[in-house]
Amino acid sequence: MDYQTPTSAEDAARLLAQEGAEALAGGTDLLVKLRAGMATPSMIVDLKSVPRLRGIEHDAKGWRIGAATPCAEIGEHAELAAAWPGVVEALQLIGSTQIQGRATLGGNLCNASPAADTVPALIAAGAICEVAGVSGERELPVQDVITSPGKNALARGEFIVGFRLPDPPKRSGDAYLRLIPRTEMDIAVVGAGVALALDAKGVCTHARVALGAVAPTPLLVADAAKALIGTKVDDAALESVAAAASAACKPIDDKRGTVAYRVKVAGVLAKRAARIAYQRASAK
Amino acid sequence: MAKHHVTTTVNGDSMEFLCSTEQTLLDVLRDELFLTGSKEGCSSGDCGACSVMLDGRLVCACLVLGVEAEGREVETIEGMAEGENLHPLQRKFIEHAALQCGVCTPGILVAAKALLEKNPDPTEIETRYWLAGNLCRCTGYDKIVRAVLDAAAEMRATAEKGAGKKSKSTKRPETASA
Repeated sequence: MDYQTPTSAEDAARLLAQEGAEALAGGTDLLVKLRAGMATPSMIVDLKSVPRLRGIEHDAKGWRIGAATPCAEIGEHAELAAAWPGVVEALQLIGSTQIQGRATLGGNLCNASPAADTVPALIAAGAICEVAGVSGERELPVQDVITSPGKNALARGEFIVGFRLPDPPKRSGDAYLRLIPRTEMDIAVVGAGVALALDAKGVCTHARVALGAVAPTPLLVADAAKALIGTKVDDAALESVAAAASAACKPIDDKRGTVAYRVKVAGVLAKRAARIAYQRASAK
Repeated sequence: MAKHHVTTTVNGDSMEFLCSTEQTLLDVLRDELFLTGSKEGCSSGDCGACSVMLDGRLVCACLVLGVEAEGREVETIEGMAEGENLHPLQRKFIEHAALQCGVCTPGILVAAKALLEKNPDPTEIETRYWLAGNLCRCTGYDKIVRAVLDAAAEMRATAEKGAGKKSKSTKRPETASA
């Protein structure tokens, strides 16, 4: 098995386009798969030497997070956490302190688990991926990346360079909640991310609601967003959000939860996340 | 594929080794550099027995490729004591009997040291969350957490004393000249 450390996006794309090449970012999924024989690449392309994949920046377009920046580093960024608290709380839920030291947003998304914690929060926030490939670069909204469990929309040779988040509008807030049977170190039974914005009178003008672990891919639930827009996020609106979220679920029965349980909890978490997002928006 | 020649720093010493891509940093530490303090528990990042510092970040050595250590700084349990002088955490683990079989101990010590460097005065809850990725199958968690908190208190007291001495010593020349 070959190991390469390209230092430019072009070189990385050229290497990843080769048969049997596999991208390495934080390695928290890939090394486990290698060990289990579930991945048998002939070449590992370590993307962490490409400078554009590392670090957090703010510019005129908003925030940019390098796709291979470890979660621990992102979690320490106070300004980003103030701007997008839901995104940051979601990525901080992943694994242990040790996993945080390695795990990345790009890896969490490309691994394409329906239960990935960062994905509903990023979808709710309207995050866009910068994707590089052999024929150049393109932008892809986060909600278009995961196509089925373990599969993503990237072509051979493509990889995620970074994530773009806009500056949050005035009077806006986001939140992410997940349910696990323990307090730490587990995979989501259900995850719910909500981002919303209010006008000067406290009426919701913009909303996005996303769910994880309740369908083959994370879901952007338009009906739940519609239930918020035009309301003051009162109890009646929150009940409609819960109903819309539950209605959108197409979960599986497994050891983590039954279909009925996931459908119910998805509504509860969507409602609670919307309430937290509303409180954060009101406090701004 | 020929083996990779890797130059890295381990516990402050420059080291070189040869490894194949498949070998994890844990494999390299144990089998090539004979630093067997880091333990292999699960090899999937769940148990924390192989916890080491990589460029100042706490990581599981089983989830890092050996070849990734090129040009990086690695700190392991072997670098914790200074010769015969145990680190306060190590002493407190003995005093509190915070270990039974001992397999989780090196990883927990490395992780606890990383916690106290970041937060010298953690609460019990913060300590338990920070160490959530370090499993002890003898289930000695209470003694472990007490040992960490006690070590933290002692290290804070030592640091204050050191700071006190320093400020006194800066005054001393004035007194002497007066």
